[in-house]
Amino acid sequence: MPLRKDIKKVMVLGSGPIVIGQAAEFDYAGTQACRALREEGLEVVLVNSNPATIMTDKAMADKVYIEPLTVEAVQEIIRKERPDSLLPNLGGQTGLNLAMELCENGFLDKWGVKLLGAKPDTIAKAEDRQLFKDTMEKIGEPCIASKVVHSVEDAVEFTREIGLPVIIRPAYTLGGTGGGIAYTWEQLREIAASGIMHSRVDEILVEKCITGWKEIEYEVMRDHKGNAITICNMENVDPVGVHTGDSVVVAPSQTLCDKEYQMLRTAALNIITELGIEGGCNVQFALHPHSFEYAVIEVNPRVSRSSALASKATGYPIAKVTAKIAVGYGLDEIVNAVTQKTKACFEPAIDYCVVKFPRWPFDKFVYADNTLGTQMKATGEVMAIDSSFEAALMKAVRGCEIKLDSLIVPRLRQLPDAEIRKGVARTDDQRLFHICEALRRDIMTIEEIHEVTTVDTFFLHKFQNIVRMEQALAAADEIDDALYLRAKKLGFLDKTITELSGKDISSVARLPVYKMVDTCAAEFEAETPYYYSTYDEQTEVKPATGKKKVLVLGSGPIRIGQGIEFDYCSVHAVWALQKLGCETVIINNNPETVSTDFDTADRLYFEPLTPEDVTGVVNAEKPDYAIVQFGGQTAINLAAHIEKLGIPILGTPAWSIDAAEDREKFDVILEKCGIPRPAGHTVMTEEEAVRAADDLGYPVLVRPSYVLGGQGMEIAYKEEDVREFMRVITRNKVENPVLVDKYMMGREIEVDAICDGSDILIPGIMEHFERAGIHSGDSISIYPSINIEQKHKETILRYTEALAKNLAVLGLVNIQFVLYNDEVYVIEVNPRSSRTVPYISKVTGVPMVDLATRCMFGEKLAEMGCGTGLHPESDHYAVKVPVFSFQKLRDLDTQLGPEMKSTGEVLGVSTSFREALLKGLVGAGFQMKRRGAVLISVRDSDKQEAIKIGERFEALGFDVYATSGTANVLNRHMVAASAIRNVDEPSPNIIDLIESGKIDYVIATSVKGRHPELGSVHIRRTAVERAIPCLTSMDTASALLRCLEGDVRIENCEMVNINRL
Amino acid sequence: MKKAYLLLADGTLFEGVSVGYEGQSIGEVVFNTGMAGYQEVLTDPSYFGQTVTMTYPLIGNYGINFDDYESHKSWVSGFIMRELCEHPSNWRCKHTLDDYLKSQKVVGLAGIDTRALTRKLRGEGVMNGVIYTEGFAPDAQTIEAMRAYTVKDAVKTVTCAENIVYPPDSGAPRYRIALYDYGVKYNIERELCKRGCEVTVVPALTPVEDIAGKYDGVMLSNGPGDPAENVEAIALLRRLLETGIPIFGICLGHQLLSLAIGAKTEKLKYGHRGVNHPVKDLDTDRTYITSQNHGYAVVGETVDPALARVRYINLNDGTVEGVEHVGKPVFTVQYHPEVCPGPMDTSYLFDKFLENIDKTKGGAQ
Repeated sequence: MPLRKDIKKVMVLGSGPIVIGQAAEFDYAGTQACRALREEGLEVVLVNSNPATIMTDKAMADKVYIEPLTVEAVQEIIRKERPDSLLPNLGGQTGLNLAMELCENGFLDKWGVKLLGAKPDTIAKAEDRQLFKDTMEKIGEPCIASKVVHSVEDAVEFTREIGLPVIIRPAYTLGGTGGGIAYTWEQLREIAASGIMHSRVDEILVEKCITGWKEIEYEVMRDHKGNAITICNMENVDPVGVHTGDSVVVAPSQTLCDKEYQMLRTAALNIITELGIEGGCNVQFALHPHSFEYAVIEVNPRVSRSSALASKATGYPIAKVTAKIAVGYGLDEIVNAVTQKTKACFEPAIDYCVVKFPRWPFDKFVYADNTLGTQMKATGEVMAIDSSFEAALMKAVRGCEIKLDSLIVPRLRQLPDAEIRKGVARTDDQRLFHICEALRRDIMTIEEIHEVTTVDTFFLHKFQNIVRMEQALAAADEIDDALYLRAKKLGFLDKTITELSGKDISSVARLPVYKMVDTCAAEFEAETPYYYSTYDEQTEVKPATGKKKVLVLGSGPIRIGQGIEFDYCSVHAVWALQKLGCETVIINNNPETVSTDFDTADRLYFEPLTPEDVTGVVNAEKPDYAIVQFGGQTAINLAAHIEKLGIPILGTPAWSIDAAEDREKFDVILEKCGIPRPAGHTVMTEEEAVRAADDLGYPVLVRPSYVLGGQGMEIAYKEEDVREFMRVITRNKVENPVLVDKYMMGREIEVDAICDGSDILIPGIMEHFERAGIHSGDSISIYPSINIEQKHKETILRYTEALAKNLAVLGLVNIQFVLYNDEVYVIEVNPRSSRTVPYISKVTGVPMVDLATRCMFGEKLAEMGCGTGLHPESDHYAVKVPVFSFQKLRDLDTQLGPEMKSTGEVLGVSTSFREALLKGLVGAGFQMKRRGAVLISVRDSDKQEAIKIGERFEALGFDVYATSGTANVLNRHMVAASAIRNVDEPSPNIIDLIESGKIDYVIATSVKGRHPELGSVHIRRTAVERAIPCLTSMDTASALLRCLEGDVRIENCEMVNINRL
Repeated sequence: MKKAYLLLADGTLFEGVSVGYEGQSIGEVVFNTGMAGYQEVLTDPSYFGQTVTMTYPLIGNYGINFDDYESHKSWVSGFIMRELCEHPSNWRCKHTLDDYLKSQKVVGLAGIDTRALTRKLRGEGVMNGVIYTEGFAPDAQTIEAMRAYTVKDAVKTVTCAENIVYPPDSGAPRYRIALYDYGVKYNIERELCKRGCEVTVVPALTPVEDIAGKYDGVMLSNGPGDPAENVEAIALLRRLLETGIPIFGICLGHQLLSLAIGAKTEKLKYGHRGVNHPVKDLDTDRTYITSQNHGYAVVGETVDPALARVRYINLNDGTVEGVEHVGKPVFTVQYHPEVCPGPMDTSYLFDKFLENIDKTKGGAQ
């Protein structure tokens, strides 16, 4: 059936802010879907609170609402827009849950909105534990046997039915306290008893233990005709027990024979058919490693992270096809966009090996618990493609930007054997590297490692192949052609080969060839130039078209500090270049993004962003120019290398990037411009840092240079702090100096500007709600500013102009200022795109990336129609509120500081500042409870301000609790606060109070946090784990109060279509 | 490690490393896009005379087991892959692929740019080639023989010598089925035995007299080679059709039965070999993913609509994938509902076959 006639106007729900477990993959999915719908001539209304996305771009939908993804907000938008249907299955769990709620409360029916793609009973059958079990039972698909019991005897009886081992999960305890795996009857009795004791409701779940089974996923699709296909299957290198988002995943499965492959494929198709899903769906299985026994772990009745991965791994556009199916098409009617010859109703054949590697935040969060289990902890991922598993793995690891070129981790080389063995046994982000080190030292056999880790020996042998090659290279008298090629086919960089062998390889070195990802293993000719490198004979790079060719470097994996916003910029750069008549080539390795979609750039290279990998692409494509300023620090770091290759960089030159980061060079420029900055020094060692701090006077700001997101940045109040931070920074090798600056606690201001070489345009000045000292990415930010005097705005404009000119900025520049004692200081200049570019572009209507790109080609701002100087302020306020993933990262202190901790952001837009702030806070997940109790426990320096905060809460009718020191101050200032015992005091104390459920807001600050054993950290963690909003800055608390006091509610706010701004 | 080579009829030479048996072997070089299932491919008699290239680069990962053979031996002329797995891992694994190839005297080649080879075959069509190990370089005469090579007497070579009876998986036989062996895969009889049939595998030229009245239905198997060369078998099928016995044909069986009613077959440029081919059932508007292995196809326009109609077509290239005979309980498909390897989505066709027998029986009563 072609397009349904009853569909004219479709509402698409996005997935909201980036959090761990729900990242950029839904921008990619939503963008594909919006385009697919508009291709059909349908009117699209998009709702997503995340402003950093491509999907919330004006061009993506007819109406774009950057509004909170809550029932209230979406209902308002439906009332206003009257869509006839709603597409819920492309916005992650957020979109799906929201659609379900709107369906269950009858709102969709009442307003005549049809749910496309997924019917409510389908969603319920997949999402509701019991319904799902019943459905699986009905069609004979095995689930993991489990039962809720209340006594040891019942636990034993049930275990007799299902057999040992079993997992005991106590109900209502955090992090599984009191639970565990029982392998013997004795253990079972012991653990069951302990679990029941720890559970508040004397309840435990006894579940068959399938830890160590193979974890296999299938991406499946179905249309309304009943045609059902699998796009791809994937095997987790880490067996069941580690969340698939935290597993190294390989596609297709490697250790399954056809019988096993088909058995699970058939099961997946039976499931999607029984559930009646129309569109994409993900089914996860556990497969017993020594039999045909399997169990269904989970079904996601929607497009997911895995479907993004499967799309990129095969070239099959799952989200696009899902959208087409939702509006009526059959799989057999949709054209395979890659071949243009065949139909979407087929199963991709892969003729390469794909490896996905997670990007964890533990390099930043050194005290967070890095063990891996059922809770996902990775913020992003990279994908790598090559002809061998080894080469794909090596590409993935070096593309992850974790300072590794290979599987050799220098730090591990120093450890004693016993530590390495322990590391092999510990399931954490370092396990793979410990396994390799154990193989390298030959202290464990493959069988022993398999015994300990349950990782399949197939993969262990592959790791060993890599290690053996390291050893062969180290032992070689000469690197001949054959050895060199073998090393390259295993994914070794020239740099690594040289380092390991100590030999000159210039006579044998060669560059890779490029093969195409074509969905069909070369059976049909493909139209879309989507490439990966490999060491082989024949290259498939299409000949040049004669157009000017521009290389755009992407931003790699999503990590804290470098998120989806840089993908937004890269994609816009590609589009701007295409409009200018250029042919675009993109290099990126992030499977979640729009930039790695096969039809974004003219040519896509799915490759790591390292110098050697980029060299290969440059050699193959011979671009005329390269652009680095849109791909975050990842691309910036490659600027010098690109120049060395003789490719001119469009826009700001490499020396300027260097000058902005290099303390001495930058100081010269500032002096020349007469711009003040906080005093500071450049250091390389701990001792130098301490001397610099003494000289400047505490507090000081310590940070490494050439990093993004304030990685490793801290405020040091005393010598001890400086020493600690320096040790953390220097944990890995220090290539660039560390900066020590005087810390000024003033108002922080940020601008993004476009410079054409002579004129500049500042679309907007943003003001941070929180004072300096909290990373700009973690601050609530307001545009237009509300507290900056005109004279300061003029100063900011003047300084921006001067800096842009002196740094030879051509394109974008981001500058951070601090307003301190009525004077504007420059804190930081980044001659590149920034986190705030997408949202400022959207709310001001200035297409910043587009203008910047045109400037690089010599166009002048004055002629582009957006003006120069300071752009007129919008009549709408846009408040950006950061979003954190603290619940997913155990032991991580939530105290905000100069090092960025947020994973994403939302925007609130309104003509009223208070409404915009409310929308932002609600979008960020605040429930906005208007009565109840607040708990305050703050450091001495915050106590004076806490009085004001306490008063305001009290005036709203909140009960105020405080730890003794804070309570004393509050009470002395006539705020009635009940004093409670601190963490280190006997129970009942502050922790008991938080756990009691009585507290609705926690305001907790401390001089210095970080270490999980500190009391103040414990308070904040307890609040986070109880999902109680925990504010760590007086300014954020004040922002919250402003909304509570105004009694504004989402229902009464106007929903803003940003396309009309 | 010894070197090995593939020399194609057009003179292209691929250099790689030797795997499996060392020697020299001529064959028609084809490619298969399945990502798993090499054991089934190796032992599928339909590959007789062909040198099979696997497009998936990592082959041998799960070794060779005792259960997944599709016939008693390997039939391929040669086997080409990008990378052979030295340390397979699977609970049923009994041999490495390398050992199996050696035991079956299959000359193997690894380490070549299999995608380049595939693209060549896609562009120029299947091509003859000689695969040889270092020290077994072909002389001029062999190269000439390679160029002239066609797969001949394929069915005669692979068919069984005498009847073999397989009892049903359980209980008394529901039906007795004669399975003409043109190069049968074990899983055809497994599918039928699973459904309670007693299956007698019979040689390809078993006379109609030995079949008619003695069996409830006839199954025509898959098999290798050019269908048109099987003149006797085709004549025999023409007579079999007249008996009105329910017939279900697969692959070569489908082609032979189509030839028996006067249709023509043609050689495809590079065939269909893989497990991802979409086939549309024109009656139900449903598309199924099928397992395929064929180099020839029935020409749709040559099927006499009075005798049979094309019911199944390939969604990619529109070629004939199956026909229903008019007024007879007879249908055939080009693809492999018995799979092994491949997706099991069309195994319902075996049920359909048995339902046809049900109906015939019911009608006779």
